[in-house]
Amino acid sequence: MIAFLIKRLMHAVLVMFVISIISFAIQDNLGDPLREMTGQAVSEAQREVMRDEMGLNDPFITQYLRFAGNALQGDLGNSYFYKQPATEVILKHLPATLELVMASSLIIILLSAPIGVFAAIRPRNWLSRLFMGTSIIGISVPVFLTAIVLIQLFAIGVTVDWFPSDTTWGSVLNGMLSTDGGMPSYGRGELVHVAGTWSSGFFTADGLWHLVLPAISLASIMLPLFIRLIRAEMMEVLQSDYIKFARAKGIGLKRIYFLHALKNTMLPVITVGGVQIGTMVAYTILTETVFQWPGMGLMFLEAITRSDIPLIVAYLMMVGVIFVITNTLVDLIYGLVNPTVKLAGKPA
Amino acid sequence: MALLEVNNLDVRFAMRGGEVRALRDVSFTLERGERLGIVGESGAGKSVAAFTILNLIAKPGYIAGGEIKFDGEVLNTLKPKAMQSIRGNRISMIFQDPMMTLNPVLTIGEQMIECLKAHRRISRKDARAIALHKLNQVFIPSPEKRLDQYPHELSGGMRQRIIIAIALLLDPDIIVADEPTTALDVTIQAEIMELLLLLCEKHNVGLILITHDLGVVSQVTQRTLVMYAGRVIEQGPTREIINDAQHPYTQGLINALPQMATPGSRLNQIRGSMPTLTKIPAGCAFNPRCDFAANICLEKVPAFAHSGNCKVACHMVDAMVAGERWTPIITDANGNGATPTDSHRTEVNA
Repeated sequence: MIAFLIKRLMHAVLVMFVISIISFAIQDNLGDPLREMTGQAVSEAQREVMRDEMGLNDPFITQYLRFAGNALQGDLGNSYFYKQPATEVILKHLPATLELVMASSLIIILLSAPIGVFAAIRPRNWLSRLFMGTSIIGISVPVFLTAIVLIQLFAIGVTVDWFPSDTTWGSVLNGMLSTDGGMPSYGRGELVHVAGTWSSGFFTADGLWHLVLPAISLASIMLPLFIRLIRAEMMEVLQSDYIKFARAKGIGLKRIYFLHALKNTMLPVITVGGVQIGTMVAYTILTETVFQWPGMGLMFLEAITRSDIPLIVAYLMMVGVIFVITNTLVDLIYGLVNPTVKLAGKPA
Repeated sequence: MALLEVNNLDVRFAMRGGEVRALRDVSFTLERGERLGIVGESGAGKSVAAFTILNLIAKPGYIAGGEIKFDGEVLNTLKPKAMQSIRGNRISMIFQDPMMTLNPVLTIGEQMIECLKAHRRISRKDARAIALHKLNQVFIPSPEKRLDQYPHELSGGMRQRIIIAIALLLDPDIIVADEPTTALDVTIQAEIMELLLLLCEKHNVGLILITHDLGVVSQVTQRTLVMYAGRVIEQGPTREIINDAQHPYTQGLINALPQMATPGSRLNQIRGSMPTLTKIPAGCAFNPRCDFAANICLEKVPAFAHSGNCKVACHMVDAMVAGERWTPIITDANGNGATPTDSHRTEVNA
């Protein structure tokens, strides 16, 4: 176990190293940070002096080594725009993103397992067919479009007048298809300060209310994916001999479905799912931009438009860390669920 | 009255292209403590018959007719709950491949205890004690340790022993064993078969042994049922069937055993292969492969005829017994003999 964690830590260091080199290498193509930092009044000569002072004219290797040396001491440089250490800026934006990802993951976990299992047990049921059909749409529609549609429907509201409103059936149909809107679609709402840079929206009604639309749109791609994955795995497991044997033993269907079958179904789902939760952190860039959610994704997009290189590098490294952490957790959980897997160092 | 009575069982699979009839008019009985072998080629319907007894045929399969009577109760009309309380409790099953039969993510103990708890109000501790006792009965070394192990930690033979222990867990009246040794090493096969026989004899458990190994059938069972293309074609005491098979198909099966061949010559075989269930020939399903087929065999499904203690479904049985085996049997429109099978005939009856 300890050996496994140490191995994973070394992976993490390697990943960080590669990410930092790549993100550093592309900085020249990201535009001129001076353009964003200074106004029109600053002359080209003054800008050149500033570039020298900031070390932007040094050779790539010098710049990287300087960065790496500082990074080893926990200093990822100062954000050009915020004039603060990049790590601090990241940490300030991290909670918002993590809360959004957590809310989405919760939606996915709570819905995908029951729906996927149901669709596997009753594949011919009309409800299963409906779920499967809808899930195709969910997978194919990009997140930002889902987000915009959600905003139009539930934040702005739509009035439908396709049917003659002077008839009863027409006005009823119009009423059924129209939505009121009014749901929050901007920012995080009322927050409660928890600790350090962490202010949470989980503890106020307003904060939770603000989470609804962003969390749904972030979940809109992964949820159908998980439903389909669980359904496919479950259907395969249900065909296996050990399920038939469990039935021949006289075990109740409930226990067969939710213990015998589900436990085997979850093995591949955990592996795929863990990676996807990491990917979701990346998807937040779109969701946060549409909903002006003050998290890392929105911050990253702004950092790119401002050529805020230290912040970009810090963000990419942060995402790398999150990926390594989630993958490690997934492997640990997988080792607990699957008895045939032994983690390095775990006693046999 | 027999413990298990299967009458005119008709099982069909509702497929897209129409119905496939997997079992037709299958009838047999099993007395308490009796051991019955069901033999036949792959696809003859042996496994379907086994699963049907426990009412476990998967959709789109269904029982279209007939009845399965067990201890006075008609199983095929029982409510699912009532059927569930019979499965694993009074009739249990042993599957073919022990590597696939145990759930890989549950411990052996868990898989045994859950079976006991499904049928009896019993504490975990008592259930564990019974499980341990049964593991001892199947001669598993260090059984206490096995209870906490997972299937992947055990060998195939060991797993099949555990499956036998699970089948015996609730002291059932009948065990249905669907090719219990097919997936095992030859050396282990004999061990497992011996164990199964020993335990069935000791506890007076009825055994339905499904296999295509006639050697095993002759060693273990008292009565034998030969199936072909979903029908029972011959049944009777095992010894009589092995020593004096009446049906040409059974004769062919026995002739195909390696020990029946002359050393140095080719092994005997039944020419052709079993028809798929969608393309069963009219009349006797075996007629295209039969050396004795006559016109009537192409037209009429043979009914059972008694021949000694056996029942045989063959039109030609009397003719064969009377020693008329060599007359041209299939005639064309002009009444001339047309036997396309001469070359094979000598081989089969050599």
